[in-house]
Amino acid sequence: MTRRLARAARALAGCALFALLVLLALLALPLAAGEAERPFLLLASTTSTRDSGLLAELTKRFEAESGIAVRVLATGTGRALEHGRRGDVDALLVHDQESELAFVAEGHGLFRCEVMYNDFVLLGPSLDPAEVFALASVTLALRRIAERGARFLSRGDDSGTHKAERRLWRAARLDPRAERDRWYLESGNGMGATLNMASELDAYLLADRGTWLSHKRRGQMALLVEGDPLLHNPYGVLALNPARHPQAKLALARRFSRWLLSPEGQATIKNFERDGQPLFFPVAKQVQQSCPPGR
Amino acid sequence: MGDIIEAFSTALGLILHGDPTLLEIVALSLRVSGAALALSVALGLPLGAGLGIARFPGRNILSALLNTCMGLPPVVAGLMVYLLLGRSGPLGALHWLFTPAAMILAQTLLVTPIVAALTRQVIEDLWEEYAEQLRSFGIGVWRAIPTLLYEGRFTLATVVLAAFGRAISEVGAVIVVGGNIAHHTRVMTTAIALETSRGDFALALGLGMLLLGFAVLINGGVEVLRAGMRRVGA
Amino acid sequence: MSAPENALLPLRFEGIGFEQGGETLLEDINFSIEAGAISVILGPNGAGKTLLLRIANGLLAPTSGRVRWATTVATARAASALVFQRPVLLRRSARANVDFPSRVRGIGRRERERRTARALAGTQLTELAARPARRLSVGEQQRLALARAWALEPRLLFLDEPAAALDPAAGRLLENAIETLRDEGGVKIVMTTHDLAQARRLAGEVLFLHRGRLLEQSAATEFFARPQSAVAREFLKGVALI
Repeated sequence: MTRRLARAARALAGCALFALLVLLALLALPLAAGEAERPFLLLASTTSTRDSGLLAELTKRFEAESGIAVRVLATGTGRALEHGRRGDVDALLVHDQESELAFVAEGHGLFRCEVMYNDFVLLGPSLDPAEVFALASVTLALRRIAERGARFLSRGDDSGTHKAERRLWRAARLDPRAERDRWYLESGNGMGATLNMASELDAYLLADRGTWLSHKRRGQMALLVEGDPLLHNPYGVLALNPARHPQAKLALARRFSRWLLSPEGQATIKNFERDGQPLFFPVAKQVQQSCPPGR
Repeated sequence: MGDIIEAFSTALGLILHGDPTLLEIVALSLRVSGAALALSVALGLPLGAGLGIARFPGRNILSALLNTCMGLPPVVAGLMVYLLLGRSGPLGALHWLFTPAAMILAQTLLVTPIVAALTRQVIEDLWEEYAEQLRSFGIGVWRAIPTLLYEGRFTLATVVLAAFGRAISEVGAVIVVGGNIAHHTRVMTTAIALETSRGDFALALGLGMLLLGFAVLINGGVEVLRAGMRRVGA
Repeated sequence: MSAPENALLPLRFEGIGFEQGGETLLEDINFSIEAGAISVILGPNGAGKTLLLRIANGLLAPTSGRVRWATTVATARAASALVFQRPVLLRRSARANVDFPSRVRGIGRRERERRTARALAGTQLTELAARPARRLSVGEQQRLALARAWALEPRLLFLDEPAAALDPAAGRLLENAIETLRDEGGVKIVMTTHDLAQARRLAGEVLFLHRGRLLEQSAATEFFARPQSAVAREFLKGVALI
């Protein structure tokens, strides 16, 4: 009798230990997932808006006013749009007008509103071996880089900046990808990481001004070409279309979009500076009043 | 050189003053990897032990599969969990994507094969040594499992520590399924990757130093266990 | 010496044979083991002594013939124990090793403590009880294995070449422990050895095994004085046998 009891007790102890481990882990799961009690918006955005610190400022103010937390998933524009197509996020803040419009046309996005813009700049080693400094035309600068075979580092990650760079090469009537193994390199990385690499490799690259200004390690890199209208870089906010993605939080997305375009949102963008320089410029006055549409 | 020294001193300052961002990130790292480890041990130990002792057709294939999974690249584990948890995925209704829960799941997927495969090896070796002796005591296969787990306790604890080291130091899986969201899914490794890309090497280095500190603790733990093993003559 | 009662015995081997990989390792073994003095299975290396013990203990099934007990097989197994030539000690203290098999069998704690203390004392290991078992010397380990079997309070104990790896001093200590066990516990002991001197010291009866065949079974005094088979005579003279 006591033997059987002792044996049962031991078996029980073993099971209890096992159960305790599982329980411990399972407790951590809902604990981790359950922080979703407060309403939150999942926003896919770009590394440029995060790395500059603007997004943290915008979401902080929006949260203070609305009580809605914004969780920012910062990737490239291409991947952000892909997250949107899969319905894994609620809204997007990205910068590639062409693919943004396509996203809406495909029925994935309900609306796209232009929020702000900044510009791209051509960076390179301060010794400037291709002699592009202060050229007014970025296409001319790219042609020179290609002619001299000076090293150029592309993002190569389908991000908004990468797409803009590809457009610029097309405008210069060049296809540098034929030179891939020689002077044209692709990092496959985010903006900051690519900047670090270019600095080590003494390579030219295209970057958005915000990231450049807020980057902490510029090394021997210098801003060489700016101001060409081709370098204009508009940012748009998009909400997912409930017809395609019923789970996406449309109401929150709309509310966030509306706030971005409100006087307060636009003022936040305008007043965000690094080293005394504004990084982004609000556009609300230039766009249609009906954005975002609906209520 | 000045660069490095400056980054180091800033990093040390962050750690010594208990920078709240830093602490938050470290706490989340420990929580995620700790939970993943608990799950992996709960699953991997019995699975590995059973596989080390039981003889059935297809056992070798299963073992080989497990050994292969040990080398599962974190990004691939992350991708699998991403596809599983995405809103259009089979478990999309849970809304776990881009939450710590998803990260725990991904690390569990990553670490369980390690715990199971190494446990299998340890238990198989012990079983070879003990089988006849235990049988002469009238101990059957199933009753032998807890005995062998206890006999292998030092080696198995080393396995568990190694698994924790793997979990807390991986970046590929958590960045894919967690998304590196500030204050929500940002852990030590993803923060290091981010701060490095931003060129802010001080915070990256500070986190790196803490991560190294954990590695030192883990290895210290392993050494203590080794000493324990020598003491009992294992 | 009058034979004490032992409910397991006689243990009878009836036409036992064992083959492995087309090789005959044991052939038509017939004998009966009764209660009483120590039975020593003697023979040169490779005679099949260890195999015989394993079949008796039930660790191996014979390919032909059968093992018969005076009681059921389950009762017999529960009441007998085997000490291997190279015992596997657990990675725990000496005391925990002695305690382990009884604990597995679900024996109560107080009873286990009593048995463990007795077995450790009988093998002169009480002072080493807290030491990790695997850190003990070979001789101490062998005695510990004996203590571990002892704590099960078996009615029948099989010992496989218990002193094979020991130096003479350690061997004597072990033999003392075996004799204590026999005298105090009233346990029937069946052991194998290839050591003639040890057999002379311990054996009450001898079963002489050679190349898988049982050549003789007789009282020890009888065997050492007048071995019946030519092979046994050679063996006693110390001629190397294969």
